Order: sequence, then C-alpha cells, then structure tokens
Amino acid sequence: MSVEFDRKIHDTLADANLQLAIYTATGRLKEKRIEVTADNVLPDYQELRTQAHALKQHAIDNLDHYLEEFERNVEAYGGKVVYCKDATEVSDFVLDLAKRRGSKLIVKSKSMTTEEVDLNERLEHHGLESVETDLGEYILQLAHEKPYHIVAPALHKTRYDVADIFTKELHVARETVPEKLTLIARGVLREKFLKADIGISGANFLIADSGAVALIENEGNARLTTSAPKIHIAVAGIEKVIPRARDLAVFLKLLARSATGQLLSVYTSFLAGPRRVGEVDGPEEFYVVLLDNGRTKLLPDRSKRESLYCIRCGACLNACPVYRKIGGHSFPWVYSGPIGAIITPQFMGVSHEPALPFASSLCGACGEVCPVKIDIPKVLLELRSDVKKSEAREGQNRIEKLAFRIFAWVMTHPRVYELAGRMAASMAPAGDGKWIGSVPAPLSVGPLKAWLSERDLPPSPSKSFREMWRNR
Amino acid sequence: MSRDNILHKVRTALGRSAGQAVADVPPVRLRVPEAAMEDRIALMRSRVEALAGKAVRVPTMDAACEFVAAAIAGKTAVASNAPYLEECGIARLPGVRTGIREVGELTAVCAQVDIGITSADYALSDTGTLVMIAGPAESRLVSLLPPAHIAVVPRERILTGLDELFTILPNPAAQTSSMVLITGPSRTADIEQILVRGVHGPGQVTVVIVG
Ligand code: SF4
Repeated sequence: MSVEFDRKIHDTLADANLQLAIYTATGRLKEKRIEVTADNVLPDYQELRTQAHALKQHAIDNLDHYLEEFERNVEAYGGKVVYCKDATEVSDFVLDLAKRRGSKLIVKSKSMTTEEVDLNERLEHHGLESVETDLGEYILQLAHEKPYHIVAPALHKTRYDVADIFTKELHVARETVPEKLTLIARGVLREKFLKADIGISGANFLIADSGAVALIENEGNARLTTSAPKIHIAVAGIEKVIPRARDLAVFLKLLARSATGQLLSVYTSFLAGPRRVGEVDGPEEFYVVLLDNGRTKLLPDRSKRESLYCIRCGACLNACPVYRKIGGHSFPWVYSGPIGAIITPQFMGVSHEPALPFASSLCGACGEVCPVKIDIPKVLLELRSDVKKSEAREGQNRIEKLAFRIFAWVMTHPRVYELAGRMAASMAPAGDGKWIGSVPAPLSVGPLKAWLSERDLPPSPSKSFREMWRNR
Repeated sequence: MSRDNILHKVRTALGRSAGQAVADVPPVRLRVPEAAMEDRIALMRSRVEALAGKAVRVPTMDAACEFVAAAIAGKTAVASNAPYLEECGIARLPGVRTGIREVGELTAVCAQVDIGITSADYALSDTGTLVMIAGPAESRLVSLLPPAHIAVVPRERILTGLDELFTILPNPAAQTSSMVLITGPSRTADIEQILVRGVHGPGQVTVVIVG
C-alpha cells in the first residue's frame, strides 16, 4: 500500500493539468468560504463553531442515548432503523429488500458512507442496477473512479474528459460545453428516477428528537431520489446523530458556507418517515441504515473521538497545502485530505497506511477552518505516535521509513510556497523522483522538532508552477 | 443482530450503561432580529435575485394571478393544491392542471409540464429561501420535476431566517414527512467548477411576493 501511496503522489505531482485543476478548484472553494464567513457577513461565525462543537461533543458523548431516541422516533413515524456493522450487512439488507419487493433499479444520491462500503459494486455484483445521480458522482461511476474530493467529487475531470466518458459510455454525440453535458446527464437520469423502485441517499444529519434525516444538496437529485421511488433508504454513519431539529439552525449556517461558500445549499430536505395520510407523494417505505464500520473504535479515546464530529464539508481539504498538491486519489481510502488522514488510520488501523498521519505539515490550516472545530493537528500527532508504537510492536522499521519519507517531502515542499501565495513549484523535484529518499537531517530528531526547526526557513522555489506552465 | 452489538460497543467505549440519563443539551441561542416587513421583502428579493432567481412583488392576489397568467401563457403548468393558489384564482387559470391527489398521476403530469406553481409555507429573507411543507396542500414533486417553479407567497409568511423558522417550528416532523428549504434554482458546478443551472430540479425559480 505504501509503495502505492508513493506512486500516486508522484503521478499527481507530475501531471501539470491535474495540478492546475486541483489548485484552481480548491482555491476557489477556499476563497468563497472566506467571503461568507467574514466578520461583517457572519458576526456569529466563531460562536456558531463553538456551539456546533459543543452539540457534536454532547451527541457523541451520549451516542447510545441519541441513537435510541432517533430509532424510537423513526419508528413512531412509520419508518424502520437497521443497524449494520459493516459493508456486507448494508448490502445484504438492500439486496434482501430489493428481492422481496422485486426491485431491479436503484437511484442513488451522493453519500460518502455508501462509497465507504462500495455499495454500488456490491449491488451490481448481484445483478441490480444502481445509478449515481449527482452529476459528479455519475461521471465518476461511468469512469469507474472514486470521488476526488468530499464535496466536489469530479474535481479532477475536465469537460473534455467528461465528453469522452459520455461519448463512450452513453453513446451520445460528443459535446464539450458544460451546459450541454449537464443536459445529457439530466435526460438520462430523469428516466432512471421515474423508473426506479428504490432511492438510496446518505444523510448529513440524523435528528434524534424528530426521527428525521437531513439532506443537503444543490442539484435536486437527492430530492428526486427520496421523493420519486416507492422506497427510500438513507445510509448514515452512527456519528451523524444530533439531538434536536433546532440544532440545524447552527449546522445549516455552517455547512454550506464551509463547503461551497453558499449561505444555504439550494435544497435542504428534512425527511421524517414515509408519506403520511393526506400527503400526495413521497415514498411508501422509509429505512435508515445506521452504519458502524469501524466508528465505534474511535470512541474510547476522548480526543480521537472528535474525529467523529466531522460534517464532511471539505473545507479542510481546500485549506490543506498537502491535499492541494497530492490530490484526492493519492489517499488510500475514500476520505481524503486532513479528515481522511485522521479517520482512515482509525477506521482501518494505522498499519493500513502508516504514512498517512505524516502527510501533513501540521500547519494548522485544517483546524482553523473546521466548522465543528476538530483539532485535526492534535489527532494527527497522536496517530503518529500510534504508528511509532505499532512499529515498535512489529519490530521493523519499514513503517517508520515510509512514513518519514512522506513527512520529509511534505516538510520540504508545499506549505512554504503556499505561504508565499504562489503556485507551488515542487513539480521539478517530483518529476524526476528525486524527493524520494531525500530525507533532511533534522528528521532524526523527530517530526515535531523538525517541523519547528524548518518552520522559519522556507526554501524558495526555483520555479513557480505558473512559470513552468508558461514554459512547458 | 447488529443493533444490540453496536449499542453495546458504543456504551462500553463511552463508559455508559443502558438507559443512563444524559446531561442537558448545550443551549442553542436562536436569534430573531427585529426586521420591518418592508426590509424583509427587500432582502428576500435581493437574495433570490443574487441566486439568479426572479423575485417580483405584486400588490394584490388579483395582480398575482395576472402575473402568473402572463408567465404561463403558451405553456403548460401544474399547480399544487394550496388553498392560497385557489384564492388567488391561479388554480383556475386556463392550461393549469390542479387538484391532483394520486401520486402516479401527479408524477406523470409534473414530468410533462413546463411550469410548477406552488405557494410556500414560509420564506426566509436572509437567505432567499422558500420553505415547503408537504401535506394535502403542497406536494414534493410540483416544485421539483418541472423545469420552472413559480412560488406565490403572501408577504406575512416572510420570516427573517432559520432561527425564526425553528422558533416557530421547533418540531417539523410533527406535521410533515417532508420539509424542504429551497434556496434558488437547482445548480451544479461539477464540471470544471462552471455553474450550470437546472441540473435535476428547476433551473428557473420565480418568487411572487403578494402584498
Ligand atoms: S474535518 Fe472539519 S473541515 Fe474537514 S471535512 Fe470534516 S467538518 Fe469539514
């Protein structure tokens, strides 16, 4: 896996188009977030973050209580809660339900949780058609790729890539204008919505006092997924529960702002159970799948537990100088960027990708932008120490070597250029692979010391990305 | 079965026992600012327009009906069962299908027509949002399937924002299986961050403020 990590980083750095795409997209999202959280626009911003943190802390510290309350209320409104420990249990539940109802076609709206358990692949393996309906996710499903970014999944694809994918997979005439490409997808997916028997969504929040799921989106595909088919299944991690409906007043103000720089996303759906008597439309059956898949492993440790406060806004990815260089696919699992660096090792075990907690300069940008105030750098440090412990247990230094190689590279490359406000220029050393093995001396005294000792002495880039782009 | 197993794991990890009481939920202060009706209306209009929606203000229900009649001229439309649309005379306009209470028919009609006409239970001025509560009056699909959405809203339903909404409606689930907040036209930026409207939901949203 670590060789893989090395290789993917290397490939991403060597691809000039990709570097530009990541840099531009994250830069734009970053600026928009800053605009809508500025003091004069949202004077309560810091207070909202504090409240959001306190609410999440309270919910996670009493998780069993709120899960049970949520479950009771879902059932009171005629829905059903299904607890699943892992990927197999989720797909077994869906497969069984689909079989009993004679369903063949499933529409899906964006959900990182279902990505986590490879739900589409599992369902398709058993002969069901499961179609992603968020435009970005749909493009990636056709291309057989994983999301590149929590919020902007197809961030790495150009219009020409999308044109190629649509031409090849949908057999349509080639179009390269984004409006036209969007219309093609709208047409194909509209038919699926109207034919599908089951809609599977994620959930941004599970609201305990209401037995409701909240879904936040811009396209309308989540609304269609949860309105048109007869059956709605929401799949969510157990950590998504919040106590009360009114807590949404806090989270909604933070989520869209942090994610895309909007005041609110276009659609916020608050869904409690199946269609009721007197209502004209909506699903006849409503299920909420509550997934563990490793989450309970994060609970015992108080500070690591914070990782479960995440509302998946993606702001830490956009702020992270490392993510902005190595991109989303370098990360070994579906979650990328700083949040990926802290939850992947905890869900999968630190030896899954020991280098991961070291793929950070601890610059603190992630913690500063996090709307629920997760102390990401602190968790990273703890995980680094876990990596060292596990290395000692396993009696080998392979893990440490690989981890430090990543760390060395991080320390000597991206952040410094970001600080200078320039496009990073680490492509030259990356292009010929020299950075591998170029471990600077200060590393011998431990990562934190190295960081501090390097901090004030940024090496200046020989050539900025922009210059290279011009001269290419 | 995984339910008990997961809850057991959670409790063990947190050091809690089954049924153990919890401390009070941290307070969430909902602030409802004083805002004159004229200011709410002005803000609502500017927010909707900033999102590339259209916001118009008409003085009376008759004027609302006239506006809608002109907007749907030569096109097909479906209206929700909101009593307010009936009162405005909009439901009786030629070319408007309304009074549909069967889901199959509603889906088929909404998938065909050019325009969906609804009222809204509330509007939130500081974000330019429409609040749609599903029930006998409003459905989910009328504001979703047609490529254009017109919402006719009496001005007294314009609230300041989310805090006021949750103050008035602390428990939406008690009255509906679906409350949807609509803030502008459907959009995506999934291809090269270029904004495209009308990807799955309506690409055009018109808010008609009455009064
Ligand atoms: S860790 Fe914080 S900033 Fe990062 S995605 Fe989660 S909520 Fe957003």
